[in-house]
Amino acid sequence: MENTATLARREIGAYFLSPIAYVVIAVFLFTAGMAFGLGTFISGSEASLRTLFEFWIVLILVFVLPMLTMRLMSEELRSGTIETLLTAPITEPAVVLGKFVGALVFYMILLATLLLYPIILRMYGPVDWSLLVCNFLGLILLGALYLAVGLFFSTCTKHQIVAVLLSFALLAMLTFASHALATQVDISWLRVLLQHLSIRTHFEEFVRGSVDLNHVVFFVTTTALFLFLAVKRLEMRRWQ
Amino acid sequence: MIRVTNLIKRYGTHLAVDDISFHVERGGVVGFLGPNGAGKTTTLRILTCYHPATSGSASIGGCDVFTQSMEVRRKIGYLPESAPLYPELRVREYLRFRGKLRRLSGTELARAIARVSEQCWLGAFIDRPIGQLSKGMKQRVGLADAIMHDPQVLILDEPTIGLDPTQIRETRNLIKQLGERHTVLLSSHILHEVEQICSRAIIIANGRIVASGSPAELRDQFIAKARIIAEMKGPQEEVEKGVRALTGVHRVDASSENGWVRLAVEAKSQQDIREDLFRLTASRGWSLREIRREGATLEDFFVQVIAQQESVRPPRNEGA
Repeated sequence: MENTATLARREIGAYFLSPIAYVVIAVFLFTAGMAFGLGTFISGSEASLRTLFEFWIVLILVFVLPMLTMRLMSEELRSGTIETLLTAPITEPAVVLGKFVGALVFYMILLATLLLYPIILRMYGPVDWSLLVCNFLGLILLGALYLAVGLFFSTCTKHQIVAVLLSFALLAMLTFASHALATQVDISWLRVLLQHLSIRTHFEEFVRGSVDLNHVVFFVTTTALFLFLAVKRLEMRRWQ
Repeated sequence: MIRVTNLIKRYGTHLAVDDISFHVERGGVVGFLGPNGAGKTTTLRILTCYHPATSGSASIGGCDVFTQSMEVRRKIGYLPESAPLYPELRVREYLRFRGKLRRLSGTELARAIARVSEQCWLGAFIDRPIGQLSKGMKQRVGLADAIMHDPQVLILDEPTIGLDPTQIRETRNLIKQLGERHTVLLSSHILHEVEQICSRAIIIANGRIVASGSPAELRDQFIAKARIIAEMKGPQEEVEKGVRALTGVHRVDASSENGWVRLAVEAKSQQDIREDLFRLTASRGWSLREIRREGATLEDFFVQVIAQQESVRPPRNEGA
């Protein structure tokens, strides 16, 4: 679908034409840098990026990625440009995919800045590059899911602030709380469900270095689910 | 070209469009006229495939807006009421984006942009960010976007709203020009605008069509209520008596000033009594220094027709 590509290109451009891109990159660099500098890069500690990737980056992404997605659909809904968009010969799936791909490409740029840290560590010892590839794969899949969730909530409301807060809430819950919640629950099927929904559990494997198809499937299917929900929400809006 | 049959649109309990049917032939400018909340924008949104109808059908160029939505969207150019644009893009960038959505590319796209840039007078600000433009300029950009792919049908929702008088005149001229090559359906609540640029007007109120025809036809339907203003020189009593004696005269108001009698004459029916008035003055030897028909504007027709509609069926849900 060329429309998807056209839309994706426009979204990437839009990010850089507004302060959003620069503020988000700056905030990300700063917080990641803090986490690295104060956590990993202490004399005497293990030269491992594990805590950084496993915990800090994930925490940062839970906050940063909804900020990226909050304007994607909400702004179009608020300004009314959704009307010119949907009356052009473009399908709703193309609209959602185009925005998703645009956000994803921007996210890759953010991830690229993380390469700085292994390069710094290289000065102090060998770096396990294959582990790194595994970590990054995990981060890409994780980010894709977060973006899909954010995009879905953006489709639900014309108020960016509502979109970003709902995204935070759901992502924080699924990433950090789900596993803990599972231990408190006695109903067996609910406990299993919550354990399976725990994003962090799935992501941890990538940080450890294993690319288990189970976990890849988890991320891919839940990402697809939220994109599907976003398409449906968009269709619903149109069909009042 | 545009065919609407028994269209009904309900938003919850509010009936926005109540069983309307109309037909627009190829070419020319047709005005969709009505007060705010009449159902104009709703009908246009159904025609542009933005919202679906509750029942009934609509088609453009033979394609049904519900089942053949993509084809319809390729055939039309649409300018929504608020002319929404992306403020961070420059005009050229925006047109390129929209052109690509329309499957234009390469030199074809560049040529289309050049063409609409000229037609809509975008030249001066084509490289400026849209956020910096005035309302009139933005409206022209929206119009340029609508015509860029040379669509068969143009649907314009209140195209001159919010513009200053110069811009309004320019836009109206542009729309008239566009009517030569495309079929244009525009909506407006500005009556004399429709009178000026449309070859046909469809008047809608409370979701129903109340009248349809060329502005001249609609005015003629209204002649009965028109008043004839005349000034004759003669003794007031005799002038009044003479005029009242004419057949077809319903009512006469007369006042005298400096020997001239100013008359406001209402006719009983469709008759145009100006000729009779003239003959009267000629036969009696009274001088005549003014004779004109007053009030036979589309506006009076419009107001009367809307008032009738509202007395028959009071408006539901004001301000929808």
